[in-house]
Amino acid sequence: MNYFLTEEQQAIQETAREIAQKKIKPVREHYDVTEEYPWPIVEELRKADLFGVYFPTQYGGLGGGGLELCLAVEEISRACGGIALTIACTALCAFPIILFGTPEQKKKYLPDLASGKRLGAFTITEPEAGSDATATRCSAKLEGNYYVLNGTKNFCSNGNAAEIYTLFATTNPARGARGLSAFILEKGWPGLSFGKKEVKMGIRASPTYEINLDNCKVPKENLLGGEGRGLSVAQGTFDISRPGVASQALGIAQGAIDEALAYAKMRKQFGQSIASFQSSLHMIADMSTQVEAARALLYSVTKAMDKDLLAAEEAAEKSGKTVYDEMKKNSSKRWTKESAMVKLFCSDVSMKVTTDAVQLCGGIGYMRDFPVEKFMRDAKITQIYEGTNQIQRNEIGAAVIKELAQKG
Amino acid sequence: MHIVVCIKQTPATANIQIDPKTGTLKREGMAAAINPFDEYGIEEAVRIKERVPNSVVSVVTMGPPQAEESLRDAISRGVDQGFHLCDRAFAGADTYATSYALQMGIRKIAEFTQKKVDLIICGKQTNDGDTGHVGPGIAAWLDIPNVAYVKKVEEINDSLIRVHRMMEDGVDVLEMPLPAVIAVVKEINEPRVPSLRGKMAAKKAVIPRWTAEDIKADKNKIGLGGSPTIVASSFNPPPRTGGVKVEGATPEEKAKNLVAKLLEMKVL
Repeated sequence: MNYFLTEEQQAIQETAREIAQKKIKPVREHYDVTEEYPWPIVEELRKADLFGVYFPTQYGGLGGGGLELCLAVEEISRACGGIALTIACTALCAFPIILFGTPEQKKKYLPDLASGKRLGAFTITEPEAGSDATATRCSAKLEGNYYVLNGTKNFCSNGNAAEIYTLFATTNPARGARGLSAFILEKGWPGLSFGKKEVKMGIRASPTYEINLDNCKVPKENLLGGEGRGLSVAQGTFDISRPGVASQALGIAQGAIDEALAYAKMRKQFGQSIASFQSSLHMIADMSTQVEAARALLYSVTKAMDKDLLAAEEAAEKSGKTVYDEMKKNSSKRWTKESAMVKLFCSDVSMKVTTDAVQLCGGIGYMRDFPVEKFMRDAKITQIYEGTNQIQRNEIGAAVIKELAQKG
Repeated sequence: MHIVVCIKQTPATANIQIDPKTGTLKREGMAAAINPFDEYGIEEAVRIKERVPNSVVSVVTMGPPQAEESLRDAISRGVDQGFHLCDRAFAGADTYATSYALQMGIRKIAEFTQKKVDLIICGKQTNDGDTGHVGPGIAAWLDIPNVAYVKKVEEINDSLIRVHRMMEDGVDVLEMPLPAVIAVVKEINEPRVPSLRGKMAAKKAVIPRWTAEDIKADKNKIGLGGSPTIVASSFNPPPRTGGVKVEGATPEEKAKNLVAKLLEMKVL
């Protein structure tokens, strides 16, 4: 279907597709099995400028927004949902800096993230604080020119591959949600170390680590968004970043359809291809319709959101304020509801479609040496991270009721 | 360092068909692309550029107007500038006339950019002509050294290049003074995917189009008239027929049947 993408957007799609199909597809099984980090692929993505598609040009990017990121992540996920996290996790690290960073923070960190020279990670989850970020135990205490951080973060995607981290800690435990603050940390700082590497069901090309902070000194100027504004930073980031997960989910679903259809056309039973049975056709119809609906929702929401985002980025360059503040000033609208809808819908579709893809293929679909079961394993995480789909439903429901009350 | 890569736009297939009636290559309805071997040449030039500071990579092709697309494709893969030798007078050239025209073009590039050319890179052969003549031919016209079948550039600096040449029985390590010509094999690297910035640059690039006169080519040495080669005929070799399976219940019986067959064929 024609989504009226610009020439640049089409170029992003083509470039990502070429790398995905030529370079990633042949090695995805290797990285899934070994759980090694796909550095050779990262190098390909760097050379092709794909890390920079959503960064402002002032910071070495190509000047796009959320849609550009989504197009790249979708195409890569179509080959491997795990390898797509090289870019997607870096985006989750970069968005809070783009949205809440001071001009100095942006100058210092964004160019390396935009070129892919250094990868990024975002870490908020703790053993006691999952969906409830207000239960954060990790603490940050101001001592002179430094915040001293102590505690444990877990399930950090991109884990030890990343070199820049946006990390959340409480500067005032007594204030709960209002005590949470965001920081920018760098790999190699004394006191920051890696703990357990998780063994996961899917996205196994992406390392998930525990991060330990033991008197880790973070310069005062690396506080992101101000003391006690951590929850705003997290929520403001998720409003913009959730389409990224959605595009990963969408790409995984499309990749599963690609593989399942190729097999179903070829596989003969009772003297005909299994794709030609009505029971299969109906499954294929449902899978394709759901994926196209998911894509239509994702592209239209990101297009609309980018209009706000790119205008705010431009205004922030002139005013010196943060992009987030400019976004709030320009429109009263937050993107929480729509971005949650996109994430919810695309990831639920992905789980359904990848499960059906395995079913369509029958026995071979369940086997490790056939790629379809991997899509099913990779799809599951998209219903869980960056807010479980239960949390997304809470957000959407609350937003709908709030809108109703405002009209009333 | 100034590197010039010579490329050709050829049919985008590994399976070139010959028209049995005319004996010429079938080009109609074929999608065109950079000759696959030349892609390795482009990649190697860009890698040398990334290694040696202040390097520039030019790309040149001789071909019809649509061959400009291949130059833009090369720019999207990291080449700095493209030059197009385009004139009806070039048409019908064999490898002698082609290498003559290309080296005249390379002289013109040096003059035009005011940068002497240090290294010329070609693919080892094209996927349509399959001769492998043009790279060494250019070196002969320019009277500079060349090595073909290069699988590795071990060292390169302002004055010399050391390369590994792939041989049937091993590898030769050879050193040449610059300027020189190398023709590369596909083992040398893995070409990158065109970058986004490269694609944008390719779209905007202004590509000079030069005629035979522009490059001061001798009219008697170009095109069909300048080509001494006469193609007597070309044909697709007949496909190999399948073998015969020797039947038998036991290995001994199979061996007996085989010997009987060989005797029958008077091989034994």
